[in-house]
Amino acid sequence: MLAETMTVVYERPETLLPVVSHYCPGCSHGIIHRLVAEVIDELGVREQTIGVASVGCSVFSYNYLDYDFAQAPHGRAPAMATGIKRYRPNHVVFTYQGDGDLASIGAAEIIHAAARGENITVIFVNNAVFGMTGGQMAPTTLPHMKTTSSPQGRDVATMGFPIRVSEMLATLDGPAYIVRRAVSDPATINRTKKAIRTAFQAQLHGLGFSMVEILAACPINWDMQPEDALQHIKNAMIPYYPLGDYKVIDAVKALA
Amino acid sequence: MRGTIRIDANRCKGCELCVGICPKKVIGIADTFTPKGYRPAILVDPDGQCTGCLLCSTICPDVAITVYREAVSRTPAQKHAAAA
Repeated sequence: MLAETMTVVYERPETLLPVVSHYCPGCSHGIIHRLVAEVIDELGVREQTIGVASVGCSVFSYNYLDYDFAQAPHGRAPAMATGIKRYRPNHVVFTYQGDGDLASIGAAEIIHAAARGENITVIFVNNAVFGMTGGQMAPTTLPHMKTTSSPQGRDVATMGFPIRVSEMLATLDGPAYIVRRAVSDPATINRTKKAIRTAFQAQLHGLGFSMVEILAACPINWDMQPEDALQHIKNAMIPYYPLGDYKVIDAVKALA
Repeated sequence: MRGTIRIDANRCKGCELCVGICPKKVIGIADTFTPKGYRPAILVDPDGQCTGCLLCSTICPDVAITVYREAVSRTPAQKHAAAA
């Protein structure tokens, strides 16, 4: 079937290790790991890159992404990345955090890292639940959304409203680049990759704090088929968390 | 344009996202199991309909798909016509 005249047009990126991930079938982490690996490969900064893994399902990103990695306590990845970046300013430092990490226990760290305009890149994966511990309600859980700790649905009268992290951080003067993207279909995935590339380029040019929020699916904890979960991003997540560029300073615009 | 894909069955977790996204409907699910206990996706393309469009490899969460495309060799005149 594979003719000799055929050439490879897509293969696994070099810095994504050839192992089987622990993620559930249809989990968006695999897609986002791949996008990060592709961007780092294309920018040619593999040897300078240091990642900071957070707590949650994505803690094992250090088993899949072939860079130097540190593992931060729950929510403290931006603080750890700050230290690494200040000590090694010529390295590319990024954190890979979920919403159960960044928006809840790590809210203080992310706000102050953004306010200081630390020259780091944050990959923020928002799937609206705590995935690793079994799908409990997170700060980003949608109103009326059923989770294992809100079985009747999130009642905003008693449980509060979800936090729109990108909009909140965009009000600060520190950040250089804050956008929200999704991985619900190939078109949005390609746009997400472009945003991740811009975020890393902003850091390489020393422009300051960059964050890409990515709306992702957690089919197991949402109790959906993988394909339905991607539809759910479009039908339920995007209306509450609109995609867009929330803060792009002129120096970042000039990079594109 | 002709293309084809190779699916690494050991990495596939049978999430079926590629099955749904394939515009030519040439990806199916195997009857066999992987070592992890999933039924992996397989290419069922007896008529060579795959174009190597990259949609399956873009949506695959486990980066299990390698995509190939027929290298197009054109004469200079054909290249000129294609560019026009």
